[in-house]
Amino acid sequence: MPLVFAAALNHAPGITGRRDNATPAQRDVFFGACARLRERLEAARAEALVVVSPEHWTNFFLSAMPAFCVGRGESHWGPVEDEPFLKIPRTRVPGAPALADAIAEVAAEHLDLAYSEELRLDHGVMVPLHLLVPAMGLPVVPIIINCLAQPLPHMARCWTLGEALRRACDARAERIGLVCAGGLSHWPATPRSGKLNVPWDRDVVDAVLAHDRARLLAYRDDDIVREAGPGGHEIRAWAVLAGATEGLGGELLCFEPIPAYAVTGAVLDMRVAA
Amino acid sequence: MSLYHVQKLLFGLNNDAALRDRWATDRAALLADAALEASERAALESGDVAALYAMGVHPLLLAPFAGRCGLAWPDYLATLAAVEQTSGIPDPR
Repeated sequence: MPLVFAAALNHAPGITGRRDNATPAQRDVFFGACARLRERLEAARAEALVVVSPEHWTNFFLSAMPAFCVGRGESHWGPVEDEPFLKIPRTRVPGAPALADAIAEVAAEHLDLAYSEELRLDHGVMVPLHLLVPAMGLPVVPIIINCLAQPLPHMARCWTLGEALRRACDARAERIGLVCAGGLSHWPATPRSGKLNVPWDRDVVDAVLAHDRARLLAYRDDDIVREAGPGGHEIRAWAVLAGATEGLGGELLCFEPIPAYAVTGAVLDMRVAA
Repeated sequence: MSLYHVQKLLFGLNNDAALRDRWATDRAALLADAALEASERAALESGDVAALYAMGVHPLLLAPFAGRCGLAWPDYLATLAAVEQTSGIPDPR
């Protein structure tokens, strides 16, 4: 069964934790787009979801920092953040270890994916799940990318991971959805928190929509930090989506700068079922 | 300078409830066991967020620690801004 759904959206903790801080108009646009994306995921009848998200010092430290890590647990606990902060109840999200193993096996031709049976989920996975699968009943394979501690995985490897995910999911019997949940420009937990570089964000999103590999690979770490802050490294998750959906279309459901969430709210549906 | 060990302790405190218990009840021994220099030990023990930021602690490791030290979010941001004014932005990578 080919991949039945592929999308990208933000994971900023303010989306759930400080929801009311955005203006009513911003909330209408962003959460309306998320609701439409959720309807499309439900219409796609996905039986499992692969969620690609950055590391935030939740699972890994500099003692051992994998470029990519696949969660092959029977279930995953999260969110690690306090409920008053994130406003998402703690739960155990079901895992899909056989799918996780299949992904690692297919990817092995080009990538050495680390794997873990004990990945804990932070806002990077839980915010998109809360928006798309609020009952948390869909089996999930989390894939964590190091977007945090140098050296980071090259954008080319992120694209390659996307290609591998597509091949792995297409070869499975079950219906699988892919959600890539990275940030765009942001300066988390610094005095510049809330600052956005909207034109830069738009360029990234346009490159993803165009599946423009050369343009995505042209992003260099020093330029990313200067123009989009340390959080800008999280565009690696968007590059994964572009690699996974090469040759398909794409629809931008929302592009709404929301400084109160420290993010440009962007929601992309790559229309794999169209 | 053992930034690695400073950050490792903060990573542990942010993610390990048992370590947080030990921090609450047996802090001096915990700090004595870590491979830290005296200035680093003092900054951690006193919750000196400015000193930790100036030495290069990653903000995503520092912010949860600052919160547990009782620093409200606006005060945390002001503390970092003051460090940046005097000594520039620590390694932004």
